[in-house]
Amino acid sequence: MSAPDPLIVFDGVEKRFGENVVLRDLSFTVAPGEHVTLIGPSGSGKTTILRLLMTLDRVTAGSITVGGESLSHAPNEKALSVVRRRIGMVFQQFNLFPNMTVRGNLVEGPTRVLGLSKDEANARAADLLELVGLGEKIDAHPTQLSGGQQQRVAIARALAMRPDVLLLDEVTSALDPELVAGVLALLKDLGETTDITFLCVTHEMGFARDFSDRVMMLDGGRVIEDAPPERLFTAPDHERTQTFLHAILSH
Amino acid sequence: MENLPRILSVLAEGLPDTLVATLGGIVLTVVLSFGAGLLLLSPRRWVRGTTRVYVEGFRGTSEVVQLFWIYFVLPVLVGYQLVPLVAGIAVLGLNHGAYGAEIVRGAIRSVPRAQYEGAIALSLSPAQRMRRVILPQALVEMLPPLNNLFIQLLKSTAILALITVPEVTRQAREVLIPNFGDDTFLIFGVVFLIYLGLAAVITLVMRLLERWAAGRLGRRPTGRRNVLEAV
Amino acid sequence: MPLWDWDYALAILPDLLLALVTTIEITVLGSVVALLLGLVFAVLRRAHIPVVDQILAAFIEIVRSTPLLVQVFFLFFALPRLGVTLSAFAIGVVGLGVHYATYTSEVYRAGIDAVPRGQWEAATALSLPRRRVWTGVVLPQAIPRVLPALGNYVISMFKEVPLLLAIGVVEVVNAGREIGSQTFRYVEPYTIAGILFLLLSYPASLLVRRLERRSVRT
Repeated sequence: MSAPDPLIVFDGVEKRFGENVVLRDLSFTVAPGEHVTLIGPSGSGKTTILRLLMTLDRVTAGSITVGGESLSHAPNEKALSVVRRRIGMVFQQFNLFPNMTVRGNLVEGPTRVLGLSKDEANARAADLLELVGLGEKIDAHPTQLSGGQQQRVAIARALAMRPDVLLLDEVTSALDPELVAGVLALLKDLGETTDITFLCVTHEMGFARDFSDRVMMLDGGRVIEDAPPERLFTAPDHERTQTFLHAILSH
Repeated sequence: MENLPRILSVLAEGLPDTLVATLGGIVLTVVLSFGAGLLLLSPRRWVRGTTRVYVEGFRGTSEVVQLFWIYFVLPVLVGYQLVPLVAGIAVLGLNHGAYGAEIVRGAIRSVPRAQYEGAIALSLSPAQRMRRVILPQALVEMLPPLNNLFIQLLKSTAILALITVPEVTRQAREVLIPNFGDDTFLIFGVVFLIYLGLAAVITLVMRLLERWAAGRLGRRPTGRRNVLEAV
Repeated sequence: MPLWDWDYALAILPDLLLALVTTIEITVLGSVVALLLGLVFAVLRRAHIPVVDQILAAFIEIVRSTPLLVQVFFLFFALPRLGVTLSAFAIGVVGLGVHYATYTSEVYRAGIDAVPRGQWEAATALSLPRRRVWTGVVLPQAIPRVLPALGNYVISMFKEVPLLLAIGVVEVVNAGREIGSQTFRYVEPYTIAGILFLLLSYPASLLVRRLERRSVRT
């Protein structure tokens, strides 16, 4: 059995902000359905990888493709939007739209971008809210929800677009401790029941261990270790990984 | 006091022109504010530059000068004379639109960057991002300063008297003062009340709009008037 | 006949510049009235003296919500009936000054409100006399941060001077009108008038914006 074609390809990617090099000569691939977690000290470039994939930032050198289509060198906004449609993102600060109800947030993309009818989008929104355990909040305003509830809505909003790739950017970092477990359980559930490809930045090492097929350790804009979680968490090759894990786990 | 009915009826004759000038001016102001405000945020330098010229040109010269220029100079240059009321509405709109453009630009820029990113992550097109996500949130920020702007515009309609538009101020100055000189205080009292009433109507409508726009964001209206930014 | 006659433009320039001096004089004197009277209004309102407070609030609301032109006409026609005769120039200064005092008073008020409560309390704890609390503690903190807003109002006043032509003040636009009525050419005088306003008020507003940015940073 041959390995499937990779879904995501980073090839020699560099990202700099002025003088500051955040990613240098970064190359890796992600297979369809794979769950990859990015760990590393702050400033190591984890979030930048997600932001480049979501086209919130642009590469300064190298290329990124998703499903064979160039994300970093799309000829125009239209071509870009076609690739972008396959990717969803959940943010640390949720970024729900306060000018819309929960339902509005969930049907916005499906009706405006995917061209679903109102009824279809509404049905999809209702199903997803049930899935994330917030069925009764469909007509609430985001501001009326707790942080954990807002993040579940944000996850549902991303799922409503039926993405092939879902980017999770420290999705529990802004939550009160007692709300974290519920959101992580939901994500684990999604990981098991869907064939979505996940790229995940998190400081929750227990979650990373259970959820991931692969963990990538970043430091100084490079991947210094890339291994299955069992190995990376118990017997890391690299000294930097050891000290990082030690610091974060003893914390 | 026995002249009050006459005074009221003469001023009432001026009311339609004051109302038309105010409403027409507000409509034109809104169109230009949003148009120029969005253009000021264009990624293209020459678009921003050209719009800047309009905004600074109208903010930098006197409204009376603009009025006289459009009414007396423009016809010489283009060979077409505008009706006074139309010339007046054009100046009211162009002038206040230049101020409104800055209000719109500032309000749009005050929407957090994260909201743009959320909209991109949903694959909304640039136009959809603006219309569906950014503008509704910016609207709440711009309504209080727009309220101030519209009241300025209402007050500015008085200068249309200088180009013979028979609005309330001109009716008072040209018809009432020469004929009812003994009732000077009464005449001005009524004129002041008319403008106060119209200003109150504008504020009432804008407050309702604010409440509606804030309600859509699940917030209460702040009702604040930031006078430091009102100019 | 050309649309723009340079000889004519040059010939009328001295008269227009002379009128510009008048415009500036009125702006400066009017600003003094507006800046001082506005401060008095703001401090008075802060004192919350029963009846005075309501009267002042009503006065400010009326003046702010009604046209300056109407107020100027009012002073022009009503004052003589009270036995007060002022020149058109003086009416211009008073009219502009009082009108804008209602704006500057709100600016001062916002500035005063922005001084933290702790400053008042500390001044009280030191048993400073009331007057000293204002002049030594509150106003020195409030006024610098409202300078840009006050500057903007001075520029606005400058641009409103032309409506005084309605009571015969010979400012720039009125001078242009008199010249035009003799020669039947209005293109040059009114265009030059516009340019003169732009030449003065645009740099002034850039200055205010720089002041604004500086005060935001500190």
